[in-house]
Amino acid sequence: MNVLSGKPDFSLVSKDNCVVSGVGEANRSADDEISPILPDAPRLVELFADFRDGAAVGFALSQVPAGGSILWVQERMAALETGRPFGRAFARFGGDPEQLVLACSRNAADLLWAMEEGLRCSSLSAIIGEVYGDPRALDFTATKRLAMRAERQGVHVFLIRFQGSATLSAARQRWKIRSLPSVPHPFDDRAPGAPRWHAELFRARDMRPGIWEASYDRAAHRLDLVPPLCHPEMDQEDGQGGVRARAANS
Amino acid sequence: MRALIPNLQVEDAAPEMDAADLVMLMRWSRRWCPWSQIDGASGLLLDSAGSAHLHGGEDAMIRDMAGAFGALGLTANIAIAPTIGAAWALARYGGQRFAVCAGGQILERLAPLPAAALRLDGATTLLLVRLGLKTVGALAEVPRESLIRRFRKIEAFSANPVLRLDQAIGRQKELLVSEEIAPALRVVRKLAEPLGDAEGLSQVLRDLADDLCTIMEQKHSGARALRFTAYRVDGEVLSTEARTSRASRDAAHLVTLFDGLLERLDPGFGVEAAGLEVIDHEVLGGLQGDLHEQRRDTMAFAQLIDRLVARLGIGSVLKPVQRGSHIPERAEDLVPHAMLGKPDENPVQRPLETPLKLLATPEQAEVIHAVPDGPPARFRWRYKVHDIARSQGPERIAPEWWRAGPGTRLRDYYHVEDSEGRRFWLYREGLVGDGRGDNPRWYIHGLDA
Repeated sequence: MNVLSGKPDFSLVSKDNCVVSGVGEANRSADDEISPILPDAPRLVELFADFRDGAAVGFALSQVPAGGSILWVQERMAALETGRPFGRAFARFGGDPEQLVLACSRNAADLLWAMEEGLRCSSLSAIIGEVYGDPRALDFTATKRLAMRAERQGVHVFLIRFQGSATLSAARQRWKIRSLPSVPHPFDDRAPGAPRWHAELFRARDMRPGIWEASYDRAAHRLDLVPPLCHPEMDQEDGQGGVRARAANS
Repeated sequence: MRALIPNLQVEDAAPEMDAADLVMLMRWSRRWCPWSQIDGASGLLLDSAGSAHLHGGEDAMIRDMAGAFGALGLTANIAIAPTIGAAWALARYGGQRFAVCAGGQILERLAPLPAAALRLDGATTLLLVRLGLKTVGALAEVPRESLIRRFRKIEAFSANPVLRLDQAIGRQKELLVSEEIAPALRVVRKLAEPLGDAEGLSQVLRDLADDLCTIMEQKHSGARALRFTAYRVDGEVLSTEARTSRASRDAAHLVTLFDGLLERLDPGFGVEAAGLEVIDHEVLGGLQGDLHEQRRDTMAFAQLIDRLVARLGIGSVLKPVQRGSHIPERAEDLVPHAMLGKPDENPVQRPLETPLKLLATPEQAEVIHAVPDGPPARFRWRYKVHDIARSQGPERIAPEWWRAGPGTRLRDYYHVEDSEGRRFWLYREGLVGDGRGDNPRWYIHGLDA
């Protein structure tokens, strides 16, 4: 396993996967790049996603501390286009629907205000905000305020941006998230299995950017990041229902 | 009945609303005398001792009352008597709309009235009638000792004619218990000079909140709803209201409830006085902090909800509540967080997974399927075609016949994953040939991670 000093183990990635994927290239050799550790410290994380894709929501929920109360703020447009959170599904990600507070804002300014208000409350464990497009109110100053308060208060803040463009932002991590074909279902070949996501970290403060395949480990309630395969054909084969050797590696 | 009288209007009885109206009427009737009480489902008791002369004597007061009740559209039978029992009997069984009974003539006035006029229940009245005691006078003529011997074991007033007779003629005291109306929790400040800016108003609000919290602390109450009123120099009255999600008397918190609301008040030429009033309150004991970290946390959480409600509106801060229904949009309601929404007694446990997000209204999609009535193979949603790689289903949910209209069709839900891995929850409404409309249509209902 990895030998990173002192940092808490948020995500564990095994290296036998690298052998499978044949990572021998120069840019993959760095140890921290192959097996990244998502910093456990709460911070502002920005997730870019397509509005038809629920991947970013799952990616965010799998990093929320289990059982904590969540403030979920949705801009009006995001709520209309991508739907409202359905509390019953939260149990799948270790959440408790009783602990969910759902706020709907008319515009991005209200959304940012509500998220900042949430950061003044000490009893929340995570705040999730959903924005559609590139509103003017969401500028560098606004994200900087959120980022600094999140670090001071110790609250995970996820800003999910549907159809957004990566403009200037002070978010400590910025990801592009999209869905990948899921892991085969253990009992049914034709059914969708556990979800996997294609996660591209394109800007981060204390991590090297990179591309990973992310999946949620339900038993341990953690996010697993795995480097993608070099040969996509292998993935294709797997997509047809073949046994994935890497499915249970971490 | 309506067949006999075609223009008969039928309304459902609403006893609770009648009772609430009677309480209001009871308070309103304190315009004549300071003590009043509700009597049964249709009566009011007023203690007019010492206040009749203010209205020009008892006769004049009765006429005044009749006029006032008549103006409200009510018909009142009014009787003034030295005892509650006598007034009750004269008003209901006296046969006159207005009756005034002087001190010495109670028995004389009550004698011709039926025995039921003594506030006795039906069984006792029937017993008296069978005994041949049909009027109050007949009852009063029976030797007292034998009456007492007959009814000595009965303690309930309504079943004991001796006690009732004593109450009516004043041999036994009966008290009128008047409900105290709590004084309004309200503070007002008059300003030395008219204020024209919102900044000044918020300073006034802070002062008012401090005053109000001192009063509430003495009364051991906490505010659930507040109204801020500003009196303008030109006579206009502006007011705005805010609610808290739990009882609070923290001045700083009460002030934050009005964030963004004060700016909407137009001070015009200036505001010369302002008031803060508690519309709704609850008993709130002293809070002991710090020993339990938990308590402060829940308080902070409630205050967060209040701040969000104050700015976004009560309908925008929601929480999911489980309901007992299999239809997904009904299985979980989003109710305002500030309300005390109780979950259903028996929520439905779904064996299958649900999507993370549910569209507010299902959106129609065009679906192509390989086999009729089989799983979908391809669908077009929001102008984009998705090829379905894997699917799971159907999960059939039948309509709720006790709630839905007759034409409602069943739903077959499918979990699908398209070629790019996006996961959707879609359903087919109806079956081919189920006799409830033409070809079944497909809807996207949820997005999954």
